[in-house]
Amino acid sequence: MAGAGGQAAVLEVRDLCVELGIGGRWIRALNDVSLTIRGGETLGLVGESGSGKSLTALCIPGLLPGNARVVGGSIRLMGEEVLGRSEAELNRVRTRSVAFIFQNPTTFLNPVLTVGAQIAEIFDLSPELLDGTGPGARLSRRARRRRAWLESVEYLRLVRIPDPERIVRQYPFELSGGMQQRVVIAMALARRPHLVIADEITTSLDVTVQAQILSLLADLRRSVGMTLLLITHDMGIVAQLADRVAVMYSGSVVESADVRSLFREARHPYARALLEAVPTIHGSRTIFQAIPGAMPALSDPPAGCRFHPRCPRVLAQCATVRPASVLTGPGHTVACHLYGGDAA
Amino acid sequence: MTTSPVLEVAGLVKHFPLRSHLFDRRAGRVRAVDGVDFEVPAGRTFGLVGESGCGKTTVAMLLVKLLAPTAGRIAFEGRDLAGIRGRAVREFRRGVQVVFQDPHGSLDPRQTMRSALIEPLLTLGVAADRAHALDRAVESVEMVGLDAELLRRLPHELSGGQRQRVVIARALSVAPRLVILDEPTSSVDVSVQAQILSLLAELKRRQGLTYLLISHNLVVVRYMSDVVAVMYLGKIVEMAGSATLFTAALHPYSTALISSIPVPDPEAPSVAALARGDVPSPVRLPSGCRYHPRCPYAEPVCREVDPPLRELAPGHHAACHFPGVARRSAPVAPAGRTG
Repeated sequence: MAGAGGQAAVLEVRDLCVELGIGGRWIRALNDVSLTIRGGETLGLVGESGSGKSLTALCIPGLLPGNARVVGGSIRLMGEEVLGRSEAELNRVRTRSVAFIFQNPTTFLNPVLTVGAQIAEIFDLSPELLDGTGPGARLSRRARRRRAWLESVEYLRLVRIPDPERIVRQYPFELSGGMQQRVVIAMALARRPHLVIADEITTSLDVTVQAQILSLLADLRRSVGMTLLLITHDMGIVAQLADRVAVMYSGSVVESADVRSLFREARHPYARALLEAVPTIHGSRTIFQAIPGAMPALSDPPAGCRFHPRCPRVLAQCATVRPASVLTGPGHTVACHLYGGDAA
Repeated sequence: MTTSPVLEVAGLVKHFPLRSHLFDRRAGRVRAVDGVDFEVPAGRTFGLVGESGCGKTTVAMLLVKLLAPTAGRIAFEGRDLAGIRGRAVREFRRGVQVVFQDPHGSLDPRQTMRSALIEPLLTLGVAADRAHALDRAVESVEMVGLDAELLRRLPHELSGGQRQRVVIARALSVAPRLVILDEPTSSVDVSVQAQILSLLAELKRRQGLTYLLISHNLVVVRYMSDVVAVMYLGKIVEMAGSATLFTAALHPYSTALISSIPVPDPEAPSVAALARGDVPSPVRLPSGCRYHPRCPYAEPVCREVDPPLRELAPGHHAACHFPGVARRSAPVAPAGRTG
């Protein structure tokens, strides 16, 4: 199911605008965000905290917090509009179409249910996941229970949990952080979603465990053709896993390109600065360049291009006109006046 | 002078007793720091790196007398910390300052930056009176690249990067000789991290400071340090000059840590997960070499005998029965991008 579409767009976000209600007024938090993810592809969404990357992701399964509202744009999942759907329809999207993996597995997992019971619950909610897998369209209740349990073990095996027959009977607190995150990934895959959204899923893990999870994700992309929206602040993770990259700054996508073009020839001054601010383990020590200043507060953003007060190549119009995204190469878009983004 | 170390640590041990129940007195011990030796030469940056639970922060707490060691010796500028009392403690606190990870926790939410900066200057007797202290506070705030106007503000009125700069300004205002940096940038974004690290490097150069940098972030340690020690479950498993450690590590754990880091270059080889499983609990330590259950190269001897930290090349120490095994072995098939 996932990845069956090949080159068809699984997710298409167009000109998404979101406002947050803070202190009695509405503040623009996302400005014309556009993203496309094709089947089997991994899109890395990068930016610093407050850039709007998590907010963008939350809009997809309709999980915006109560103080946020969508004021424009469209989100199409497998060709169908998600915005404006009823809560019941959104629940359908959440259970089957989009799987969200959050940073902290302990808050996601139910502490009083065994791992197996939590995965089996998915099959209770979506019995068609089991019916479709074997002969005999309708299973008895008992046979279904049995099948659900066996499937749970298989999904734990898929995420390379050692000794899954034992782990499936354990409670989340008996597992380490890395194991818990694997369980959450297994739960995401069990739903056979069209799209998996992973929001900073290795941030709370140690580097050696993070390496295990990253190589697991790389394998899953191949073995189950997972379509992945990978949200991270770590340029290293993006370089390792993503096919395409979108860089966000202060509520806008400032550049998007395939991963090699972005790392070889980033065009937006922020994207370039972000790459230069990342120290590398092998590289020389001198390429370590700091970006002056900090990301502006959403409540009081600068006019024009929001990066202009920090930009080393600022032009006159940057302070007044917000640059539009323009295509500068195959699949490479940049929102910067240096590349002619004059409109909007 | 340059040869004498600012800080000497020998046989340092810190065990925390563990009581699971009120009446159960012998539930066990957390062996947080379990025999650590190192020296920090003057004017250098010594990096202490390891994953969570390896004991690096406990080392920092022991070094500044926030905890008392179970055993071992810590000497600052040749003077043993165990015996000092009263005035000598104050003198020591002027000499050694700490910058902790979380600037929220290091600043009183109801104290203005002005009083946060003045307080240590008066308590430690660096400034004679409030006026002098204020002059010095302004000076140190400007030194870290902030505007003196900021002194009137409360912590919540500052950004994360500004708060961390204030904490650095406060640590440096008493003119310490040694600064302990415990995860100084792990709470800030990458662009701010770059600013803070360049600032720390510049301040060190200008004021001839000595740093002890504690971090889980190998890249930060690589960028900042002259000498690096890798800790695992309470012990140093490898110690070498920074360039040597990152290019020619001898301990399989160091190799695993280094190859775990995702390189920000799509053409670079993928991360390799060379360490199996998770860090075990420091309450029930594995027998023999503590790393053996996770080590892909472990032999029977590793289960039985704990290898001591030995100097294998000038200035390069490692605690492994088969040093360099990870580099000699064929690389474990990296899992990652195909084409």
